[in-house]
Amino acid sequence: MAAGSTYVPLATNTLGSAATSIDFTSIISSYTDLILIVSGTVVTNGAGIFIQLNSDTASNYSFTYLSGNGTTAASGRRASQAYIGFNWNTGWSDTAQCNGIMHLQNYANTTTYKTTIARSNNANGSSLPGTETTAGLWRSTSAINAIKVYTAGGGNLASGFTATLYGIVAA
Amino acid sequence: MANTYTLIASSTAGSGGVANIDFTSIPATYTDLNILLSARTNDASIYGAIKLQFNNSTTTYSGKEIYGSGTAAASYTRGVTDNGLYIGDVNGNTTTANSFSNFSIYIPNYTSSNYKSVSVDGVEENNATETYSRLLAGLWSSASAITSVKFSFTGATILEYSTAYLYGIKNS
Repeated sequence: MAAGSTYVPLATNTLGSAATSIDFTSIISSYTDLILIVSGTVVTNGAGIFIQLNSDTASNYSFTYLSGNGTTAASGRRASQAYIGFNWNTGWSDTAQCNGIMHLQNYANTTTYKTTIARSNNANGSSLPGTETTAGLWRSTSAINAIKVYTAGGGNLASGFTATLYGIVAA
Repeated sequence: MANTYTLIASSTAGSGGVANIDFTSIPATYTDLNILLSARTNDASIYGAIKLQFNNSTTTYSGKEIYGSGTAAASYTRGVTDNGLYIGDVNGNTTTANSFSNFSIYIPNYTSSNYKSVSVDGVEENNATETYSRLLAGLWSSASAITSVKFSFTGATILEYSTAYLYGIKNS
């Protein structure tokens, strides 16, 4: 990728107060891939950060994780879920800043199921800290036009939580 | 909208190598930073730790790491290492010739008054035993905006052809 030729910000949202989710809607289809950057804290210590696509709440998602909590390395998978996790075996902190990076490949095609690669980082939380990567799958051939970012168990994203969506062009 | 993945600065070690790689006077006009580092040292060990400092700070770093060696996976808690944040190991002079370790370091909201959360992906390949793929979550517990980044290696020189590229990313 040539520097400066792509990586276009599509939308950004910084929460002024705690909220259940950040929603990106009406995502245009003119890019090749998407990158979603999230950072901040959560209200419930140890909660995970999840996404849903196109408001699909059915069990059409799955993901495989590789995680380390500072002591133990682990890997596992979750089939037929209602979300893809940035993380599963680690959590985000209610005090220490955390961050996540997710790549959504070939998001606008209407032929294949959609795949994601994500990283999640909590270096210093008091509950479920660690670093983690997940490979995700959404079993839908629909173009992705909406992304919901939220926490596990109906908890809130904390005030100051930021999510930004970038579009990547292949040519 | 404007393209926002912008090269801020780059560094290439010349003949004889360098003790440190420094990016200073980083402008506050971006949202996030991404650094791509490729490095090799003349350390006598196969691998050794490379550290990162923000604003020349020698304290308040912490980290959680997972790595795979080709035969096993392990996880460690990383604190302050040699006055900086340990981000991984780099190829020493006894590893396969011309092999460099590579890292991508992502720093969201580097100008905010919150503590700075860091994501590090790294590889140390050697076409032999002792090779590593590494993920690390880092935290610098400082409210200061990041204005400089330094990479250094204790007791060895960062060799010629090592490179670092600093990119700024804007969300608008």
